Amino acid sequence: MKTKTHQTIVLNEVPCPFCSLICDDLVIQNKDSKLTVKENGCAKVKAHFAQPLPDSTPALKGKSCSIDKAIKAAATILKQSSAPLIAGLGTDIGGMRSVMHLADNIGATIDHMHSDGVIRNTLVLQDLGWVMTTMAEIKNRADFIIFAGTDASNYPRFFERVIWNKNSLFRNIKKRKIVYIGDKLKTSTGRSPEGKLPTVLKCEQEEINEIISVLHAIIAGNIIQTPKIAGISLATLLKLAKQMQEAKYGVIVWAPGELNFPHAELTIQSICELVKYLTRTTRFAGFTLAGADGAMSANNVSAWQSGFPLRVNFSKGFPRHDVGRNSTKSLLKNKEVDALMWISSFSSNTRPPKAKIPTVVLATPEAKLDFKPDVFIPVATPGIDHSGQLIRTDNVVSLPLKKLRDSKYMSVSDILNRIIELI
Amino acid sequence: MLIKLSGGTVYDPVHGINGEKRDIYLQDGYITRKPASSIKIDKTYDLNGKIIMAGAIDIHTHIGGGKVNIARMMLPEDHRADLVSKTKLTRSGCGHAAPSTLTAGYRYAEMGYTACFEPAMLPSNARQAHMEMADTPMVDKGAYAMLGSDDFFLRMLTAKKDREAISDYVGWIINATQAIAIKVVNPGGINAFKFNQRKLDLDEQNEHYGVSPREIIKSLARAVRELGVPHPLHLHGCNLGVPGNMHTTLDTIRAVEGMPLHLTHVQFHSYGTEGDRKFSSGAAEIAEAVNSNPNISIDVGQVLFGQTVTASGDTMRQYAGHWHAHPKKWVIMDIECDAGCGVVPFKYRDKNFVNALQWAIGLELFLLINDPWRIFLTTDHPNGAPFTSYPHLIRLLMDRSFRNDMLATINKGAAAASILSSIDREYTLYEIATMTRAAPARSLGLKNRGHLGGGAIADITVYNNIKNKEKMFEKPLYVFKNGEEIVKNGKIVKVVTGGTHTLRPDYDKSIEKSLKKYFDRYMTVKLGNFKIDDDEIVEHGNGNIIVQPCT
Ligand SMILES: [Zn+2]
Repeated sequence: MKTKTHQTIVLNEVPCPFCSLICDDLVIQNKDSKLTVKENGCAKVKAHFAQPLPDSTPALKGKSCSIDKAIKAAATILKQSSAPLIAGLGTDIGGMRSVMHLADNIGATIDHMHSDGVIRNTLVLQDLGWVMTTMAEIKNRADFIIFAGTDASNYPRFFERVIWNKNSLFRNIKKRKIVYIGDKLKTSTGRSPEGKLPTVLKCEQEEINEIISVLHAIIAGNIIQTPKIAGISLATLLKLAKQMQEAKYGVIVWAPGELNFPHAELTIQSICELVKYLTRTTRFAGFTLAGADGAMSANNVSAWQSGFPLRVNFSKGFPRHDVGRNSTKSLLKNKEVDALMWISSFSSNTRPPKAKIPTVVLATPEAKLDFKPDVFIPVATPGIDHSGQLIRTDNVVSLPLKKLRDSKYMSVSDILNRIIELI
Repeated sequence: MLIKLSGGTVYDPVHGINGEKRDIYLQDGYITRKPASSIKIDKTYDLNGKIIMAGAIDIHTHIGGGKVNIARMMLPEDHRADLVSKTKLTRSGCGHAAPSTLTAGYRYAEMGYTACFEPAMLPSNARQAHMEMADTPMVDKGAYAMLGSDDFFLRMLTAKKDREAISDYVGWIINATQAIAIKVVNPGGINAFKFNQRKLDLDEQNEHYGVSPREIIKSLARAVRELGVPHPLHLHGCNLGVPGNMHTTLDTIRAVEGMPLHLTHVQFHSYGTEGDRKFSSGAAEIAEAVNSNPNISIDVGQVLFGQTVTASGDTMRQYAGHWHAHPKKWVIMDIECDAGCGVVPFKYRDKNFVNALQWAIGLELFLLINDPWRIFLTTDHPNGAPFTSYPHLIRLLMDRSFRNDMLATINKGAAAASILSSIDREYTLYEIATMTRAAPARSLGLKNRGHLGGGAIADITVYNNIKNKEKMFEKPLYVFKNGEEIVKNGKIVKVVTGGTHTLRPDYDKSIEKSLKKYFDRYMTVKLGNFKIDDDEIVEHGNGNIIVQPCT
């Protein structure tokens, strides 16, 4: 397929695949296959869309080859492997469906590049559960929002879309209270359009747990004697606790990937237990910002096809879920795998790990690699080069991705399906 | 390819065939009349002494969508006890309470089922529900879109929009989400819970909107009828699990004033407050009301003992039930000004008074409701028990002495409080064929399914005639899907994809004007991206769309 020369097409309501908010109000212009964000894209993605399609070819150890030859070489590596790892998993639902099929066939382990964050949440879900909410509920119902250890700046339009939104069904947006707890947070976005400043409780990320636990204790009616908790005065926490109990619909937002310290899942657990406790008398809910590069989709497809969320191993012919053992880092470090397939079809900045085992890389054509993998296959980007679906950060809404331009590159799904046929 | 099923004993309630020896011919996926003797038969199955029914249809089973996937993620311990290895034909996965999609499809087929309906598809989560159903092989699927707690609809009711406008919205939802029916769960209650209301009775008002469940039920039941949706409004009523809720259920039956209504998992809505424990069976009164109101159909939502997980859109009642979670973990979610979900693992214990009485109440309903065309066999999978317990449930219905043996093992107080031991009725194979095939197909308006007449889709199950009905129904001799043999001796022999049943009711397209405005202002997806194209369902090669006609 060739786009006619000097043709300009404008596409409306385009979902953006580059972060897990999947903003779907973008207006994209396609002029001679060159894409420009005309309206609504954040600064972060404008560059992604504008990236021209570089000329790239499949390659074996850096030597250019045909797609057929590359697919065959990839199939051979996976076939000869007795413990393959399929990682990265930066793909859409269609791609992930093929990953699951391939992994089941060859007894592979699967892990996503952003699993560390996703799994902190999984551990809490599997241990005690939670009360959660979604974007439209925050936009229309929330009157009190706490950002715990995140400022949402990795999700540039979060505030525009659901915190300082123009229209709301039930809330006067101007009266929304914003609180930050944590370290190195950019709190200026929390300033209301009228200039009202957010409450900021500055502490180390590791200390958020302590603050949340004390808030829980106060709300549960315990008398706290300590005058300062993680550097925050008790009076501040008492006031905050009161505001939380008075909120009509409170939300605590965290980004599991940004709580990057040992046993951060315990911090998330404290947040979730506090939310549950508040739910006894008022309405409160948790919300997570997570899952770039299709991580939410990978986690969900893994769950529905295997019964387990991410970090699943199929070597015994059935799925085994082990979030510690099945991580890319530990599998490579402990030499428990003998072949690696790395998938990254959204961003060129996600570098595959350099491992001393046969490696197949399925990545965007402009991917910058600091080594020459045994097999490199440039792939199309979902939502740019082909249609597909992705699941949003709230784990509920999925959006249909659109094809915006013609691409000579194959989708991850098509490549994997051909590999499946060859094995 | 012309196939002859020769000499089997046929149960086909649509044609009044009750255990007669018949030959059945299959061609190109359909059941066909007896061909001329000159035409060569390609394959003959000698089915002398075997039982033949249409493929079974599950009218209410939670097989796909967000809450089911949350249950999967949440319960690794449940899955580890039932891991399923891959075979030459089938993929690996796991089973029990919230099985993987692939395993669910295989196990349904291996149990003689050829179609399953997901009853609680949130419009905002419909895309994922369809993707999960597409990854559920072997059986045909379909889903009911959930309405009644969505803010768009409640705003319409408050604004006293006319009934045409409401029908247009309901019709739009069915089209946009590729649904086949409409379900309402705790009408308005999921919404009220977001405003911190903790209970909502039939005539109590949602504090924000000032509308009652009664008004919601009537409005939706009317819209469903006016759009020509074959399946009546599928209602999960108010006060699920609350002692005394039998009165709410009886009032609900009266509330629809003769309009068609399907009451789902009625077992959970048939509780009285008699006795020392203030918990008693209301099955007799509910059965009486169902028997005397031909506009009402029900499914039971039978409880069977053991570990399971409850997954429901009813956040209000699931929150109230979370204190009984086993193991102690639970999820509640508010979803997109649309609805919500609650996932609470639960273990039903035969020695526990309440659980044992729930078991008895379900069976009383089955046995006291006379017309098998209006009562369907469900456990509300996985809420009352996983679907894999259906053969056991069928034996309880067909075998009185087995039932009484089981009754003797449960909590003594519950057994004494139930009239079960005094009920002699045993379901016949004809009645089982009605409640698991003919009746659900008719209720859902599935053309050419649920029967074995000429022109029907060749979805057929063949059983060995075994006295122990649990053994008989858990392992069919053959299952045919669209005329192909897919199961033999209870094992998959061929993997097929199955299609998706949908409906395309007519509605006034101008409703999209107000919807677009609402979506642009208040929602977080665009109207155009909310709608699910046919292409999305068929593109992965995982199935086709079957459009059923409206009435
Ligand atoms: Zn149900």
